[in-house]
Amino acid sequence: MLNRYPLWKNLLILLVLVVAGIYAAPNLFPEDYAVQISGARAVHQVDENVMSNAARALESDGIAFKSSELENGAGMLRFSDGDAQLRARATLARALGENFVVAMNLAPTTPDWLTAIGAGPMKLGLDLRGGVHFLMEVDTVQAVSQRLEVYASDIRTTLREQRIRYRSVDLDESSGQLAARFADQESRDQALSRLRRDYLEFTFESAQVDDAFFLYVTLNEQTVREIEDYAIQQNLTTLRNRVNELGVAEPLVQRQGRNRIVVQLPGVQDAAAAKRVIGQTANLEFRLEATSDASRAATEVFEFRNDPNRRGTLERDIIITGSSVANANATFDENGQPQVSITLDARGGQMMSRVTRNAIQRRMAVVFVEHKTRTVIERVDGEPVERRIPYTEKHLISLATIQSVLGNSFRITGLDSPRESSELALLLRAGALAAPIYFVEERTIGPSLGAANIEMGVTSVKIGFALVLVFMVLFYRAFGLIANIALTLNLVLMIAVMSLMSATLTLPGIAGIVLTVGMAVDANVLIFERIKEELRTGTPVQSAIHSGFSQAFSTILDANVTTFIAAIILFAMGTGPVKGFAVTLSVGIVTSMFAALVITRALVNLAYGGRKVQKLWL
Amino acid sequence: MIQFKRDFNFMGARKVAAAFSILLILISIGSLAINGLKFGLDFTGGSLVEVTYENPVELEDIRASLRAEGYADAVVQTFGAANDILIRLGEAHDPQLGNTILSILQASTDETVTLRRNEFVGSQVGEELREQGGLGLLVALAMVMLYLAFRFQFKFSVGAVLALAHDVILVLGFFSLFQIDFDLTVLAAALAVIGYSLNDTIVVYDRIRENFRVLRVEEPTEVLNTSLNQTLSRTIVTSLTTMLVLVVLAMFGGEMIYGFSIALLVGVVVGTYSSIYVAGNILLMLKVSREDLIPPPPKEDVEVEEVP
Repeated sequence: MLNRYPLWKNLLILLVLVVAGIYAAPNLFPEDYAVQISGARAVHQVDENVMSNAARALESDGIAFKSSELENGAGMLRFSDGDAQLRARATLARALGENFVVAMNLAPTTPDWLTAIGAGPMKLGLDLRGGVHFLMEVDTVQAVSQRLEVYASDIRTTLREQRIRYRSVDLDESSGQLAARFADQESRDQALSRLRRDYLEFTFESAQVDDAFFLYVTLNEQTVREIEDYAIQQNLTTLRNRVNELGVAEPLVQRQGRNRIVVQLPGVQDAAAAKRVIGQTANLEFRLEATSDASRAATEVFEFRNDPNRRGTLERDIIITGSSVANANATFDENGQPQVSITLDARGGQMMSRVTRNAIQRRMAVVFVEHKTRTVIERVDGEPVERRIPYTEKHLISLATIQSVLGNSFRITGLDSPRESSELALLLRAGALAAPIYFVEERTIGPSLGAANIEMGVTSVKIGFALVLVFMVLFYRAFGLIANIALTLNLVLMIAVMSLMSATLTLPGIAGIVLTVGMAVDANVLIFERIKEELRTGTPVQSAIHSGFSQAFSTILDANVTTFIAAIILFAMGTGPVKGFAVTLSVGIVTSMFAALVITRALVNLAYGGRKVQKLWL
Repeated sequence: MIQFKRDFNFMGARKVAAAFSILLILISIGSLAINGLKFGLDFTGGSLVEVTYENPVELEDIRASLRAEGYADAVVQTFGAANDILIRLGEAHDPQLGNTILSILQASTDETVTLRRNEFVGSQVGEELREQGGLGLLVALAMVMLYLAFRFQFKFSVGAVLALAHDVILVLGFFSLFQIDFDLTVLAAALAVIGYSLNDTIVVYDRIRENFRVLRVEEPTEVLNTSLNQTLSRTIVTSLTTMLVLVVLAMFGGEMIYGFSIALLVGVVVGTYSSIYVAGNILLMLKVSREDLIPPPPKEDVEVEEVP
């Protein structure tokens, strides 16, 4: 029959709408002001004990909290307002000490049964909730030069070992190549054939200037890429560790483009402090374990990083530092046991072999050095004043027996688990000299601005939506009413899809929603105008409805596909807020098509289908 | 029931419209060449600090206190409300800048000054963004042209893309002429204008294509007029609802998306005009005829039947 949907189709639409309703629902629950407590390092676990300490500290300061939760080794305390949250953070930071990170957070209040099916509210962008955004650039040119320096000393060693006479091997920073200089053509050709065999990652070029013979060595594109990727990966890992140390609720550390890293810290107010922690540097020291007869003055005692109860006594002399470490990887030995392979640069290798030659069967330690700042709250004239004291923290991360003379590359074995080996490799890399990193963009949005933005955004959505609804009813009467229902459901669908994608809602994103509301009527308008036209030519009501929908279909499709193309390009080139706009726009295009073509159709069918209708109230 | 008169001779005014469009484009390009765009922080790089006072303040007082501390190049202006102050600095980056400014301002007044926003964009990043933005606009136009050539016919895709270029140039010209800040969100709006205006143009083109096949008239001008009249009420209704929400957004959305709303508003007005006059006009100039659309793809009817 004309204009009737089969029952299954109606039920399917209903099902889609119910599911959408459920997944959109979490956005209705306002977030709680919360304070999150986490351990500064893996050894400091948040447990019942810590939580009851926290509760006691809050009680003694007269700060009321709504609830206290403990999950995955992190604690969460909820408060009824922002003021209590602020005071609680100060109190807890003082009470729990530096072993725990206390951070402000907004906690979702989604009911458990909704969380259980994977539903959650949309994430708010920094412009809506406040926070800090950094864009950092990794100096990959520097990273490549550093590696070339290592190669230069490698090449010198090789040439010396092969007794090939050379004048110099130097790095030309501007061209990014190594220039090896020889006194005669014969040694240059010898060097060329030798190096060609040893180094597959180079391209060579010979030249003669006056009576000097040159060999120019360039890294091939693939190796340069690898070095760059490595430098970025290393910085990413280090940054992630440091960001975790800040205890921010939902941090984002992500590579962007070829050599940039974006860091977003929602809710963080003090950009300068965040920047200090992120920009802090770590280093490594390789030292020998002190012999039992060593004098007190020549030794130092360190705690293990992952076990404060274990200690090691080391010599004060440092063999090499992290700047000599070129690479460290977690691998497996021939028996499948986890190990860490370390590669040193040429100079580091020489130092290492010189020292270890006389130290076989002694133990060598790796010390992890971190430069940190501690914030203490002092009372000056009765007023609490924050003061930051820089300090250095040194911990043992490895203590292993030297089996043989160590050179450029060696391994640390005897590790208990792959987890341990990968953590050790990570620490070694973090402490090794990473490529320098610069801040190229920074945005701090205060919480008041975020709140104001949300309010203004929501107000415009409400007013705009209401106006469109009124307009549609005035213009299309009964059909306008149907379009309005479809439009409302479209909004629910949009929010549901965005929540499911856990897309980030930004201010331009809200603008995108408003815009979509305005544009979503378009499909309905196209259909209704078609129906009107058909009626005007004297077509019977039912067939007018039918051909109205079908005639409008290809127009709607064409019009939306092209807008979608624009949205995708926006998404590809945009960053942050603009990306948010592109996401809402594209989600809106898809849902509004569904709303107009399926929901409106179903409603029209329900209202008019299969009955005798004399006149449409259109 | 609201009804529009349905027999406008749109194409009768096509010469006047063409002259009008060309004039507007010349003004836009002229302004872009002479004044250029007033690029916002996103594109130029630099620093920006936004603070709120409890009560409205004298900008001159703020300038004076900043000058006294050596920030003579600071541009101070209100942002939305009279107590909301925006300060732009070409200063090299310093994470403490926001706090420094805040304490300078705090020292010169008894009120509480709150930091709302502190932004820094490296000049390198800004430059790249400018390039990328321009490239994005071009890529969008090219992709759309491809899609239209595939779905319609070459003449249509030329017409649509020229109409789009017309719209984008006028929007950019508007921003240049009135020296409104052109930031990343405005660029996003310009791209959205492409989407919107295209939407409009396609609806008209769809009808033109259909009428060339259905109507028993040979004269392209007549086909175009009929098609424009048939789509007129849709054009008006959709433009009105979109403009309605955009006006709301401009009024209530806050200062940060004001430029965005204005760009789209201008874009919708221009886009509506261009889908009637520019897109159609170009088709006539290209001498569009029934032969361009024949033979019609046989699957067209099947597709229509499968509508849900």
